[in-house]
Amino acid sequence: MKKKTDIICRAVDVKKTYWRGKVAVEALRGVSFDIKRNAYISIMGPSGSGKSTLVHILSCLDTPTSGEYYLENALVSKYSDEELAKVRNIFFGFIFQSFSLLPRLSALDNVALPLIYRSISKHERIAKAKEIIENVGLADRMLHRPNELSGGECQRVAIARALVNDPKVIFADEPTGNLDSKTGAEIMEIFDHLVDEGNTVVMVTHDVNVAAHARRTVKLKDGLIAND
Amino acid sequence: MLGIIIGVTTVIAILSLIEGLNRTVAEQVKSIGSDLIFLQKFSWVSTGHRDLDKLAGRPDLLPDDAEAITKLSSVEIAIPQTSRQLQILKYKDNEVSNSSVAGSDENYAWVNNYIVESGRDFSRDDVLHRRAVGIIGSYIATNLFPDETAVGKDLHLNGHRIKIIGVFKEKGTFLGNSLDDFILIPYTVFEKFFPRPRGTLWSRVYGGYSIGIKAKDGMKIEETTDQVRELMRRRHGLGFDKEDDFELNTQQILMDLYQSITNVGFIAIVAIAAISLVVGGIGIMNIMLVSVAERTREIGIRKAVGASNNNILAQFLIESIVLALVGGLIGIVFGMLLAWLISAVSPLKASVSFWMILLGFGFSASVGIFFGIYPARRAASLNPIEALRYE
Repeated sequence: MKKKTDIICRAVDVKKTYWRGKVAVEALRGVSFDIKRNAYISIMGPSGSGKSTLVHILSCLDTPTSGEYYLENALVSKYSDEELAKVRNIFFGFIFQSFSLLPRLSALDNVALPLIYRSISKHERIAKAKEIIENVGLADRMLHRPNELSGGECQRVAIARALVNDPKVIFADEPTGNLDSKTGAEIMEIFDHLVDEGNTVVMVTHDVNVAAHARRTVKLKDGLIAND
Repeated sequence: MLGIIIGVTTVIAILSLIEGLNRTVAEQVKSIGSDLIFLQKFSWVSTGHRDLDKLAGRPDLLPDDAEAITKLSSVEIAIPQTSRQLQILKYKDNEVSNSSVAGSDENYAWVNNYIVESGRDFSRDDVLHRRAVGIIGSYIATNLFPDETAVGKDLHLNGHRIKIIGVFKEKGTFLGNSLDDFILIPYTVFEKFFPRPRGTLWSRVYGGYSIGIKAKDGMKIEETTDQVRELMRRRHGLGFDKEDDFELNTQQILMDLYQSITNVGFIAIVAIAAISLVVGGIGIMNIMLVSVAERTREIGIRKAVGASNNNILAQFLIESIVLALVGGLIGIVFGMLLAWLISAVSPLKASVSFWMILLGFGFSASVGIFFGIYPARRAASLNPIEALRYE
């Protein structure tokens, strides 16, 4: 396995302040953070430590209050909503704790969803989605809707959806949180495999066993990095 | 949705009925002839109360007037015409009731677009020599002489014998009245057989002659009207400060009256349609707001995987337009059915044209856009993180 050292994402002194009514909540108080190509990172920390906020900013779902965020040397922290949508579409794949599949679409259509927003023809979308869904071992289930699938199958559909765009970074928010330990272990195997293939994975987790899969573990506390 | 269905149904049904009515009326009124003017004591359309005393006091119009008018440069011909209702008309075992007898001269047929189908028309001599001859309409011919030829037979009108010399070709109906249910005799004979009952107001206003005036080809009807008016004022010796003591009726005044009636109807439908479309639109806005709320998570997911605000806006806007168009389509179908039903059970004729269907679609699409834009903007402006957290 060859080791690449080039940096995909770089956050510099990122701060994020929320206003809850009149109370300011400082979720991040100056975090600097790099993601290198083919990294396998887990982000840990107690609730309220700012780990979700950090992942939201890293994945361009949110913008920092101050500080800079670069994506392959482009300053994206000042991008507009429309530009951020495009960045999310092209650069990132998302896997959420609660699977977050669209209930009225088949597994296949769920996987193809990100491609709709890239002006790719329907024919190509379906071909690409089929290829990916076969890779996660759901070829025979792809026309089922999410409520006809088990939790593990749903999470595999979600992984397929995250991969369909050939993302630079895959973000996973508590990927095993809603699964039993056996299914969780299966999902973690998939992640390990993805990283072996050269993908970059960043996950948020409470679970020390899950975090142990990662090569780098970042611990957050009170909006600051406590341990890297 | 119901509001849109009702709105579009109303618009299509009523518009197609009005359109059908327009066509019928326009056809009927045109059948009077656009080059005809009727000089009469009374106006066909009157605003407010009709002062019969005043009308009865006007001088009678006479065959001499027709002769004088015929000499005008813009007039092709003018004829005196008068008519009377007949109680019953019998021949052997057959009878017709409520027919009328008309008195005029030898030009009646071509001025009024009648064609003598069998037998012959009047001659100038028939009129001048008061020959008791008549031409019957097709309705009388078929009902009194179902199995034999009418020409050559005698009819008795009020005890006077009239010899049938011709039969008119069928002309149809005008505003529901048959145009073939009459017998035409020379006005000179009419005067002898049907002397005017003096005294009653009604008879003094409506019982006398009207003068039917046919304008010259290519002549503006207004020009002819002006010439006739000037002549009649002179003949009646009216000073410049006196108003006309006669009326000049044309098909145009009927059309004008009809137009003004349907315009009121038209405004009424527009109002009904507008109200129900607004109600329908609010309904759609409501449905869409609920849909946006229920699908907050979906919006979050779509945004996370790269849908831009405009993508989301378009998605919800299209949904509301489709919703409105479905309502509109149902409304169009219902409207056409309703129009068809009304014209099947009533004498009204409906006519659905393509532009009404386009109008129906146009209306509902604009309602969809107008009332869909707010929910769609709301969906588009959702924060992806909050939308994803939403349960």
